[in-house]
Amino acid sequence: MFGKLGWDAIPFDQPVPLIAGAVVVLAVLGILAWIVVKGWARYLWKEWITSVDHKHIGIMYILLGLLMLLRGFIDAIMMRAQQAVAFHAPGYLPPEHYDQVFSAHGTIMILFGAMPLIIGLMNFVVPLQLGVRDVAFPTLNSVSFWLTATGALLVNLSLVIGEFARTGWLPYPPLSELRYSPGVGVDYYLWSLQISGIGTLLTGINFVTTILKLRAPGMTYLRMPMFCWTSLASCLLIVAAFPVLTASLAMLTLDRYLDFHFFTNEAGGNAMMFVNLIWAWGHPEVYILVLPAFGIFSEVISTFSSKPLFGYRSMVAATLFICIVSFCVWLHHFFTMGAGGDVNAVFGIASSIIAVGTGVKIYNWLFTMYGGRIRFTTPMLWSLGFMTTFITGGLTGVLLAVPPADFLLHNSMFLVAHFHHVIVAGVVFAVMAAITYWWPKAFGFRLHEGWGEAAFWFAFVGFYVTFMPLYWVGILGMTRRLQHYDVAEWRPWLLISAAGVAILIVGVACQVIQLVVSYLRRNELRDTTGDPWDGRTLEWATSSPPPVYNFAVLPQVKDAEVYWEVKQRAFERERMPEEPDYEPIEMPRNSPTGVVCAFFATIVGFALIWHIWWMMIVGLVGAYATFVVFAWRDVPEYVIPAEEVARLDRENRAIRQRVLSGEAWA
Amino acid sequence: MSNPAATITIADPFRLGHRGPNIARGHGGGGPATKRVIVGYGFWLFLLSDIVIFACLFAAYAVLADATAGGPKAKDIFELDRVAWETACLLASSFFCGMANIAVAKRNQLLTQLALLATGLTGLAFILLESAEFAALHGQGYGPTRSAFLTGFFTLVGCHGVHVSAGLLWLGTMMAQFFAKGFRPDIGRRFLCFSMFWHFLDVVWVAIFSLVYLVGTRL
Repeated sequence: MFGKLGWDAIPFDQPVPLIAGAVVVLAVLGILAWIVVKGWARYLWKEWITSVDHKHIGIMYILLGLLMLLRGFIDAIMMRAQQAVAFHAPGYLPPEHYDQVFSAHGTIMILFGAMPLIIGLMNFVVPLQLGVRDVAFPTLNSVSFWLTATGALLVNLSLVIGEFARTGWLPYPPLSELRYSPGVGVDYYLWSLQISGIGTLLTGINFVTTILKLRAPGMTYLRMPMFCWTSLASCLLIVAAFPVLTASLAMLTLDRYLDFHFFTNEAGGNAMMFVNLIWAWGHPEVYILVLPAFGIFSEVISTFSSKPLFGYRSMVAATLFICIVSFCVWLHHFFTMGAGGDVNAVFGIASSIIAVGTGVKIYNWLFTMYGGRIRFTTPMLWSLGFMTTFITGGLTGVLLAVPPADFLLHNSMFLVAHFHHVIVAGVVFAVMAAITYWWPKAFGFRLHEGWGEAAFWFAFVGFYVTFMPLYWVGILGMTRRLQHYDVAEWRPWLLISAAGVAILIVGVACQVIQLVVSYLRRNELRDTTGDPWDGRTLEWATSSPPPVYNFAVLPQVKDAEVYWEVKQRAFERERMPEEPDYEPIEMPRNSPTGVVCAFFATIVGFALIWHIWWMMIVGLVGAYATFVVFAWRDVPEYVIPAEEVARLDRENRAIRQRVLSGEAWA
Repeated sequence: MSNPAATITIADPFRLGHRGPNIARGHGGGGPATKRVIVGYGFWLFLLSDIVIFACLFAAYAVLADATAGGPKAKDIFELDRVAWETACLLASSFFCGMANIAVAKRNQLLTQLALLATGLTGLAFILLESAEFAALHGQGYGPTRSAFLTGFFTLVGCHGVHVSAGLLWLGTMMAQFFAKGFRPDIGRRFLCFSMFWHFLDVVWVAIFSLVYLVGTRL
């Protein structure tokens, strides 16, 4: 009846996951009860859960990403604590649990932390910067989000029902084959990634279409803000790379479920093929994450230096160069696995060359700041922290790209330190900068500066104290993923690293406090003008938070920095441009398609993991029925009358007019 | 400041060979493109990503083609006659799909339904022939679990078959929609996507026919 699922799936004998799971379940139930008691359920359903508004979907993505970032961070704390105590001792995590922790940490941080954060920012910002009302396919966008949430749900479900993979964040066969991983851990991994991967692919398609086919009149390619360019490059990579993930995971799934022989040791299977395929996705994946981060830094540095971005065209060229070359370097993840000297040389050189494109960007940011009136706000601190950290992290990457050096450093803690160095500095710092930067646009009030600066400094120092020692233990010969060890020279460095995590915890706490304090003091931090940072791109032209249709009238773009030019002219003349002719606006209607789809996807995923075949069929039929019901609807849009648009826009114009006449800055 | 897109009248989206009033000519000068362009463009991107999936399966098949593990080789099991009939069915199906396009452009419900029915029946015939081939191989003990070569073969060809089957489900929904809703613009856009999908499956089949069956029986 329930396939492999029985009472033994719940880890009654392991207190750590059981307590963690119980706390999470209680917290979720508590929040649900609170929502129902407060009578917010209907509002949540109508305005958020079924919303197809790109701004709401973006905020939900970011919320999911932040939650998963915390979950992954807890895994990290557990690992550092284990290695701090497991010297000549078993530590507090048994090996089979420790293996799950590091596998879950990598999977969650990359796919359910970093990806939702980056995609959420794209969702919120790109249509606003392009001067349009929504993405190309709004309902599909909601489907994407909810499929990603399904994947995250399944990964976290493995904490209390069954187990997670013990194979590392990329499940190399033959270890991940049924013979060596007979439990449901790898199946949880496969189905959560497969389902959320489809969501990500749909996002990629949606945003490439949006950016290439749906821009405000006059916004030619070379007038697009840099964040739009980097999002475009990132989404092109998604469209080209995520199908590779889908295909390779499908092959591993067939091996495990139907006794196929893609990667098995028996019957002619080829495990190296998996390693090649998964890295043909995996390497572009890191650029999918870091390219939009580069876009964020470009926006932040330009705004807070009060200057246009230096070398805009070279920045575009460098972005597309990285986009293409990122597909030609995947083999550097396994130089040691027998490809031969010539092949290694080609990929080693390609990997070093990719640093050239990044170097162009670094110099452009430096020259943007040069001669500018720099304001050292929190987003700017994150950006400066990123530049210093990313350069050194990139240099250790160039070192690893040299095959002979890689033979010594492969799979050591040096590698672990390197990729955390670039991903934390590149993606996490960018996300923190972006959240602070665009927060007033999303919620109408700024974040508290003091707590934000404190969060930055603790995170910055904590990061170095945590990861610099790991380089050194790597050079001392420590391999990654060790549950316990008995080399005395490693011990002090691992203790320093654990101390660094403690500093990071303070940083995270400051970040949380910042959100709470800012919410409590929202009235004094209020952004009434919609342009709190003296911004340069179109998202600052509308009110904070923007109306559902973003722009009362689509902006006419005549310049690279259209909003900056309009603003300067308005300041000279001390009045707003002429009032436009308001017209009725058609907006897509909200739809529960996404969340219903995700409901059935969860059922199908869970059924497949536990081999409950009848439930899988129920889920598939439900998904098809959802699709037909959605296809059957007659009125996909609603109209906002011109008077309503005029009323809202006149309020916004009146506030800005007061600013122009010098009455009030927000 | 009026939006130039709003001043252009929407041309008949069903007119044969008509691309719609696309004023977004790639440089963004004209503002947002029309819905028909956006939907078609998005679906093209989806097809491209699907082609990447097939590319992975082709690559896997090429890597594993010689790994027969003592089992049959390609030329021992492929029957070109049956494959020729499968090809004929699929090409005929695409031809009828093209006919359906014309019928939709003429807004003729009867012809549309007939052409789509013919599309579906020839597609179904293809699926039945392929299932018979798979069943026969399985019956001889040459199923996908026999060797890595057969794993690659069944997955690549089977993935195409799954696509055709999903397409048939979509086709049935499409016929019901034309019947119930008539020739509405949104249904026309969906049909545009369906025809692209159906022809795309032909393109993939041409690659399977050449690289798997023809090369397999020669080597």
